[in-house]
Amino acid sequence: MRVSSRPKHVGRSGRAGPVVAVLAAVGLALLVLPLLGLLLRAPWAELPGLLASEAVLQALGLSLGTAAVSTVLCLTFGIPIAVLLSHSVHWGVVPRRLLRAAITIPLVLPPVVGGIALLLLLGRRGIVGQWLAEIGITIPFTTGAVVIAQTFVAMPFLVFAVEGALRSADRRSELAAATLGATPGQTFRLVTLPLVAPGIAAGAVLCFTRALGEFGATITFAGSFPGVTRTLPIASYLAMNSDPDTAIALALVLLAVSLVVLLGLRDRWLPGVVK
Amino acid sequence: MTLTVDVTVSRDAFDVRAAFEVPDGRVLGIVGPNGAGKSSLLAAIAGLVDASGAIRLGETDLLAVPAQRRGIGVVFQDFLLFPHLSVLDNVAFAARVRGGGWTAARAKADPWLTRFDLTELAQRHPDALSGGQAQRVAVARALAAEPAVLLLDEPMASLDVEIRDDVRADLARHLREFGGPAIVVTHDREDAAALADEVLVLERGRVVQRGTLAELAAAPATPWVERFAR
Repeated sequence: MRVSSRPKHVGRSGRAGPVVAVLAAVGLALLVLPLLGLLLRAPWAELPGLLASEAVLQALGLSLGTAAVSTVLCLTFGIPIAVLLSHSVHWGVVPRRLLRAAITIPLVLPPVVGGIALLLLLGRRGIVGQWLAEIGITIPFTTGAVVIAQTFVAMPFLVFAVEGALRSADRRSELAAATLGATPGQTFRLVTLPLVAPGIAAGAVLCFTRALGEFGATITFAGSFPGVTRTLPIASYLAMNSDPDTAIALALVLLAVSLVVLLGLRDRWLPGVVK
Repeated sequence: MTLTVDVTVSRDAFDVRAAFEVPDGRVLGIVGPNGAGKSSLLAAIAGLVDASGAIRLGETDLLAVPAQRRGIGVVFQDFLLFPHLSVLDNVAFAARVRGGGWTAARAKADPWLTRFDLTELAQRHPDALSGGQAQRVAVARALAAEPAVLLLDEPMASLDVEIRDDVRADLARHLREFGGPAIVVTHDREDAAALADEVLVLERGRVVQRGTLAELAAAPATPWVERFAR
């Protein structure tokens, strides 16, 4: 007799049982209904006017600009971290886990805590900040602080996407490159990087959306100065008290950007999901 | 120049130990059962795994020289073509890493494409090649680096039966034209007969016999050699 490998809770027809279906429906409703509410409640007629206001355009420009710079910084420093992480399989258990924990911290830390920590490090009286203040550099509550806060929270997304790609790529191509005379640097640039390019692209997209939505660390470390540190999420939150229509308009912009990114990010770019 | 090999390669199950010479223009076949250490030996000569002993080309000791400066070309078992590069750029790769840009490197690769009948496939990517085509690209890519020694690891293993005879004849011709010492790892008697001048039999990391196939058949040293050479 042949034993089916089909899990028991999935019926022969592939249809889920009633309990599973109901729970899944409630869960999906929780995910989708708020967005539907946002779309239904949106002041569509006034939307063009609201979006064209100076405050909105300012926040949008600041958000897109800082998120782009943060993504570039994450790529610059995150790819080397991913390479280090992929080499760490040869290390001892303790340093390997420490490295992984250090990269994971921003993922599990409440962003506000991250913002406080950044303030304690780089604030005027911070460990590094007081030195910087002596040479006339102030970081908190500047656009630079927005970028640092976004980079802090978004970095793990890039590192883990690139590490996953490095792990699944056929690294034996690197051996072939060596026998053809390529130095380790040339091999990395001409073979390894292109092989993991889809992972890097996926990581950069995830990183950009995370940076774009950053709120907690930014408002703690950079504050909310119009045109300087007031990004879209902060502007949307502040407007909710005084001018709900503007808040909804700002929220729609964030939603639209996220959807565009989600649609652009095809399944095959999400490491671990396919293949 | 003559390639002189006298190495020990450490492996989990057993060490691989072999000593032999291959003069210019000669092709040595390395044969033996699966897991005998043939590929490990080849990887050691290419500098891709650590080995102790001596690997000399003429009077030059290569053992301490890193793979990228050994001048030893390798055709890998599943070819390991660069999946993100076209056929042209795969063949141009060696020229590209020697300096100058892609344009100059592609110009240098062009005659190799002609020689291996790859001109029409120049812009294809490896995933759109048949097994025979991929093998031609792999050999062209290795030879375009102008290596002093050429190593081929089971170059016929992944090819369909219908095309084997033609591909084998082509490969034998290219090996004769190469001119330097060459080593072909194979487990197939016909491949050894067509490609190699003589064979070295490796069993469990040890050389058990060396000679032409006729010599092996006349006085087989082990039961495996007897089955192989018959």
